[in-house]
Amino acid sequence: MSINYQQSTNNSPMIAVHGLEKRLGDQEILRGIELDVAHGETLAIIGRSGGGKSVLLKHLIGLMRPNAGEIWIEGQNIIDMSERQLAAIRQKVGILFQGSALFDSMTVAENIAFPLREAGERDPQVLRKRVSEMLEVMELQGEEEKMPVNLSGGMKKRVGLARSIIRQPSCILYDEPTSGLDPVVSDSINKLIRRLQQRLGVTGIVVTHDMKNAFHVADRIAYLHDGRIYFHGTPAELRSSDDQLIQDFLLGRSERENL
Amino acid sequence: MFARIFNAFGRPLLRFIQYLGEVVMLAADTFQSLFTHRLRWKLFLNQVVEIGLLSQLVVVITGGFTGAVFSAQTYFQFHKIGMGSATGAVVSVALMRELGPVLTALMVIGRVGASMSAEIGTMKVTEQIDALRALAVYPTDYLVVPRALAMMVSMPLLVAECIAVGIAVGYFVAISLLEINGTYYMANMVRWTRSRDIIMGLSKAFCFGILIVFISCHKGLTAREGAVGVGRATTEAVVNASLAVLISNFFLTMTLNIIYPAGYQ
Repeated sequence: MSINYQQSTNNSPMIAVHGLEKRLGDQEILRGIELDVAHGETLAIIGRSGGGKSVLLKHLIGLMRPNAGEIWIEGQNIIDMSERQLAAIRQKVGILFQGSALFDSMTVAENIAFPLREAGERDPQVLRKRVSEMLEVMELQGEEEKMPVNLSGGMKKRVGLARSIIRQPSCILYDEPTSGLDPVVSDSINKLIRRLQQRLGVTGIVVTHDMKNAFHVADRIAYLHDGRIYFHGTPAELRSSDDQLIQDFLLGRSERENL
Repeated sequence: MFARIFNAFGRPLLRFIQYLGEVVMLAADTFQSLFTHRLRWKLFLNQVVEIGLLSQLVVVITGGFTGAVFSAQTYFQFHKIGMGSATGAVVSVALMRELGPVLTALMVIGRVGASMSAEIGTMKVTEQIDALRALAVYPTDYLVVPRALAMMVSMPLLVAECIAVGIAVGYFVAISLLEINGTYYMANMVRWTRSRDIIMGLSKAFCFGILIVFISCHKGLTAREGAVGVGRATTEAVVNASLAVLISNFFLTMTLNIIYPAGYQ
């Protein structure tokens, strides 16, 4: 039975996850994730480090395969798709990696232009124009000839983001976009994510444990705990929740008192 | 009892079979991509420069000194039975059928195979390969196909170069240092060397190129756990590719000898 069929994208969510399970060795990382993300919405997934947030994000773009469950992107179940079939989905969904994952043998400009080149754009003038537009949006003018090794963490994130959005995907997945950055650069990344959502109507999923980042960018927040979505609601609902676990996470309280 | 025997022999054997399967699958995927997807010419030409052009010095030195020492050793033995002038024939046939392909392959493994697995392995552990996939680029198309094609083109040329230099230096050593008569040397060499000898050498070169590129790329693509993993992948790529070349050389010799028999017939 084939379960890959096209549904109406207006009524269906941009991304829907049902019963997603993932084991790595003996460890159960995800134990039945249920998640919906509507078109144009930004969802923040928060949770403890090592809790499976990045693993969940990698499943959404087919970089990891689950042991069970379904992932629907704009009405298409991506679970049974081959690596080549996933290419069409990956043109719609961009990802910003935690470590930026820039190609270290290419300059900043070559990194940003890479998705366009691979899509068949050969005109150097068009490529230059699109790259300089991206550099302007990311406030990276004059850095185009630098190699990734010579960039700071914040610059790498912005180049990574430029590379993800140059092909204008309808959804962007952000893996810890502000981790390891100083508060000012973090704030500029938060504003950038918000701007992309407001100006271009891009759907976003932001995986983070930085609560300031989550509250700044998210329309809804999902709290991942013990391999399941423990809480799902608006930032205001999360703040007003009297659940002990959530309050501990929000306030940064450790469960272990006697260390 | 059975469990202990299985653990001792079965598990490594299964792992080995799985490893062979993975390498063969990578090769099948690459050949499929080669015929069904567009070739990235710039990457291919870069790899031809990396594998072919930049290996020149290593291959010339290997061929030259192998030809020189083989010429000298053959002369020392043959001279005792008054067959010194047959040295040229032995040097030429041995370089074409065995020494040229095997020694060039071992040098290319050290120079190119190691760098391929290290480069791809580093891309793997720094999520650059995931980034390629996320940007809708199939890693085999982008990383393996240009390298495989460049290797298939470059290896026969490198081996031909190694053989030519080996024969030339062997001739020089024989004529100027060992005082063999040049006319007899050349006459014997031309008489005993057949076109099938060079075809056999180049066929081996092509097969070794395929072995080297897929073993090295596979090790890079499956590298894990940071810098240590990349180091391990590189070492294993060099060791596995060297063993594969040496072992397959015997079977290639036996098989190709049926098609291209040795000797004056």
